[in-house]
Formats: sequence, C-alpha cells, structure tokens
Amino acid sequence: MTNQTSETSKTSQTNWEPKIIAFLCNWCSYAGADLAGVSRFQYPPNIRIVRVPCSGRVSANILLSALKSGADGVLVSGCHPGDCHYISGNYFARRRFALLNNLLDFVGIEPGRVHFSWVSASEGEQFAEVVKKVTDKVKTLGPATRLVKSIDTVQAA
Amino acid sequence: MNQFLFEMANIRDQDSWVHQHEPEKATAKAKDLVRMAVARVRGEGALPYNMVPVTKSALVIGGGVTGMTAALAFADQDYPVTLIEQSDMLGGNGRNIYRNWKGERFLPFINDLAARVTSHPQISVKFNSAIKDVAGSVGKFSTTFSDGQSFEHGVAVVAVGGEPYQPEGKWQFLHGVNPNVHTLLELDKKFIDQDESLKSIDQAVFMHCVGSRIPERPYCSRVCCTHAVDAAIKLKELNPEMDIFMLYRDVRTYGQRERLYQEARGKGIIFVRYDLDHLPQVSEESGRLMIRCHDPIIDADIAIQPDMLVLATAIQPRAQSAGSLSKFFKCAIDGQGFLLEAHMKLRPVDFATAGVFLAGLCHYPKSMEESIAQAKAAAARASVILAQDAVPAESVTAVVNRAKCTGCGVCTEVCAFNAVSLDDNGLSVINTAMCKGCGACVAGCRSDAVTLKNIGNEQIMAAVDAAFCD
Repeated sequence: MTNQTSETSKTSQTNWEPKIIAFLCNWCSYAGADLAGVSRFQYPPNIRIVRVPCSGRVSANILLSALKSGADGVLVSGCHPGDCHYISGNYFARRRFALLNNLLDFVGIEPGRVHFSWVSASEGEQFAEVVKKVTDKVKTLGPATRLVKSIDTVQAA
Repeated sequence: MNQFLFEMANIRDQDSWVHQHEPEKATAKAKDLVRMAVARVRGEGALPYNMVPVTKSALVIGGGVTGMTAALAFADQDYPVTLIEQSDMLGGNGRNIYRNWKGERFLPFINDLAARVTSHPQISVKFNSAIKDVAGSVGKFSTTFSDGQSFEHGVAVVAVGGEPYQPEGKWQFLHGVNPNVHTLLELDKKFIDQDESLKSIDQAVFMHCVGSRIPERPYCSRVCCTHAVDAAIKLKELNPEMDIFMLYRDVRTYGQRERLYQEARGKGIIFVRYDLDHLPQVSEESGRLMIRCHDPIIDADIAIQPDMLVLATAIQPRAQSAGSLSKFFKCAIDGQGFLLEAHMKLRPVDFATAGVFLAGLCHYPKSMEESIAQAKAAAARASVILAQDAVPAESVTAVVNRAKCTGCGVCTEVCAFNAVSLDDNGLSVINTAMCKGCGACVAGCRSDAVTLKNIGNEQIMAAVDAAFCD
C-alpha cells in the first residue's frame, strides 16, 4: 500500500523530475560528457551517468534492470560508427538496441524512454543536446511505471 | 593502493559544471553519483597487473620537421626508429616556407635535419610508404606498411601534418584564374626561388583569414597573420616603394611577433579591416585585378588595382588523419578532422590510446617552434614507456564461469580481438593476453557465464540501484 501511495503522489506532483540512467562508453561518450563540463555546456540535471567500457557492454539485462530499478528513461551512448575503441562494440550495441526495441514495445515500454546515440570525445555540445532531447522526451512521457509499479504492486499484494 | 579499487564520482565535469544554475538539483545529483560510485566500488576487487614486455623501438609517422625531430629524439637515446613518409622526400610543409618570423631561413635547417635523420644509424626511413594495418597495443605494436613489410614497435608518434586549404567558392578570389593571385605558400616559393619579378611590383594586397574562422572551419589557423605580415615586410625589403594593403579580420601576430606588426606599420603597410558581411570583392577589369572593399576607419568604399593578390589560406588536417590512420591507432579526432589529445592540459601529447602520441599540424595549426617542442614532448612521453622493460597491459579482462557456460560460442563470434575460443570440452576460454576488456562477450552471453572483472553486471546494477535509493 505504501508503495502505491508513494507512486501515486510521485505521478501527481507537478514538479516531478525524471531520473534517467545514461550508460556511456569510456572512450567517446563519457569523454564527450567531460568535455561538455569543461566547456560549461549546461543540460538538465536528470541524468545519472554510469561509465561502461563500451556501448557493446550494455546488455538487454542491464538495460531492463535499470528500468526495473526505477529509471524513467535510459540512454546508451557510444562512439560513432567506425570509431569504436574496441573495433565493433558499438555495432553490436546498435543491433541489440534495434532488437530490444521490439521487446520493449511488446512489454509496454513507450517508445522514447530508451535512447541510443553516438557522441564522440570531441562533441561536448552534442552531448548536452542529446541529454536535453532525451530529458524532454522522457518528461513528456511522465514517470515510468510499467516495470517498477507492477512489481511493487505484486510485492504489496 | 591497487588502481582497480578506485572509482570516481564525477561530480565536477558531469555535475557542478553542467548545472551551474541549479545548485540544489546538482547537489541531489552529486549525492546520487557518490552513492552510485560507492555501490560500484564495493563490488570491486584488487586486480593483478598484467605486464607486457616492451619492444624497445619507435614508429614515427610523417617525415616533416615534427616527425624528424621526434625520430632524432628517440634515436639519440639509442632506440631504433622507423620513420615513414608518404612522399619521396623528408621535410614536409617546411620545404615550402621561406623563413620564420625571426627571419631564419627554413631550408638550410630542414636539409640539416634531413641529413641527420638519413645518416643516423638508429633511424630507418621508408619513403613512398603508408600504413596498411596495425595490430597489438602499447609495448608491442606490429605495423604493416604498404609494401607488405612489417615493423614491431613499443610506441608510435603520429606527426602526419596538415595541408593548406585550396581557395574555392566565395574564398577563391580568382585564385587559379588570374595569374597574379597567389597563396602565401606560392609567394614563399617565389622568395625561395629569388624571383626577380617581385621587385617590379608596385602594389600588392594580402587577404587574411581565407577559409579560416568560418562555419566550415571555425578555428584560427594561427600562423597566417604572422606569415602574411612577414611576407609583406619581405616585399618591402625587395622594393621599398611598393604599396601594400593587408585586408584583415583580426590580426593575431601574438607574443613577440607583435614587433613584426609594428615594423609593418612603420614601413607604411596599410591595414584595412573587413568582416564576413562585407567580404572584399575581387574581379578582373580590363585585364587587371580589381579589389573593392569598405574601409571602416575612414568609412569609405575603396578600390585597389594591385599587381598581386596574396591569399593567407587556412591550415587544414590531412584527409588521412581522419581516415584510416585514426582508425589504425584508435585516435580520437575533432569535428574538423584534427587529431585529438587525451587531455588539453594534463596529457597534451598523448592519445587516449596508450602508447600512441601526437605532435605537429595534425593536432591543430601551430608554428614550427611549437611543433618542434611538441615533437620533443611526444618523444619524451613515449620514452617513458621505452625505458621500462614491461608495461601494464589490460587488467580488466573477461572471465568465464565454466559451470554456467553452455558452449554456444556467441562470445567467440562477438570478440573483435580473437581472445575467446572454445576448448576441447566445448567451453569458452579467454586468452587474457589478447582480451581488451570491452565486454562484448559479457553482453552477448545468454547464460551469464562471462563477466568482466570489476565491471560485472552486479557492479553496474548496484550503481544503477544506488541512483534510486533516496
């Protein structure tokens, strides 16, 4: 019951802010995020960055568990095609993401909660843009309840 | 402390600096980031340092002044060096430049440098050569050249240089159409050849920032103001009666080069400012060049009919830096195609990829003094590796839980480094010496049998969970 109440209040709050988990590859996107900082490009404070060696390291398991933990959105970002530090990891990430989209759609995760992007180490400004875009999109979708709430409800029951 | 027990909560670059106007939200985020880092590091353990023996030789790519300087810096420490050059001659762009801002001629310096390089017992120079393939990593690279030969080296210095922008479109200004329109380098060639016709010129115009500081190339090429002002002074030396106009956007004769600017003003060279909305118009009128522009100081339109127009064109990166080379050595490149250092201030000559270093114009436009200093810096940084017998290789590698492995073989297929294979029992084994720790096999494993040391699912998920426990 408590869980449900807190969920309801979370949804009804007008000043609700999403939390978005961003899996950034160590060589391109994480460095791009650092460059955004050094260059003082401002972006919404909703993302929580998790550094991974390569976008190809992010499995469907990890991505879904982030949504299960309560993430309102997930961003996976890697090196541009052809620039992967590990040669082909970002291609695997792209293919995996394309397949995963079907599954997400099937289980009722709205399109626009899970994003994939390429940001290089020199693209601080683009990184800030991507975060703005993803945050705006997730904000319009509202809190993610599909995976979180159903589990809470089961537990509560 | 074992370095693999370290985790950073990036609350500066990725928090306080990017949310400067939202301190409360930034603080909440910082708390999350710290919680996440703590959750993640709790699951980590000390890892052994895998060591790779160092091949004590260096590869230098590019036989310009920068590459030659780096090669000599290695060779003088008795490390064998292979220097590869795409043309059949050492010297690169430096051969096309008449003199530096201090008045010192380049050619004698470059010839001397080239002679030292070719006669040095530790340097082997490969002309007309390009790189076909690169394997290995810091301590032991194996590079294959276009002639099929290969070379093993512990470090590499990339010094492929830059090239002059060829005027085109609205920046063409009749270059290539009218024989009296030259680029700065074409004028330098006349200086080098001691072309007598320069003395009979009555009027010359220099156009600065041709192709620089525009949306396609937003950077300043840094050396062209000094180069143009010095060339104008040289023309005045040849013919003191010559009228010279400099059409400029901003003059950057920085540092002590300011004296050249003062000297130019003292010699009566006239500086006329233009901006992108009022680009000087260059045309041909009855066979003569005609330049029309607006002088904002006297607030009047002026027309000049010079005997010569010189374009100070931008420096741009070579296509190969952005192309195959950056992929071979996994070097980052910026939006313009210049190679990108690991950190502007902390690691200015390193690439993010260990064992590979950069110097010279392939990095960004700079003067030859800076290129030389950078070449020496790159060689010095690389020598830190060569001076050691072994360097740490990748310690964060994949490990297989053989009890869980079903032998499906997906890990062997996704591995880009051929580090995974199936053993006689049909179970996955990792060759840790070849594993780079990307985690492709971990993400690909359907049985959760492969994990990455310290970057396992547990650590990543613990970090994610920690973001939601407030």
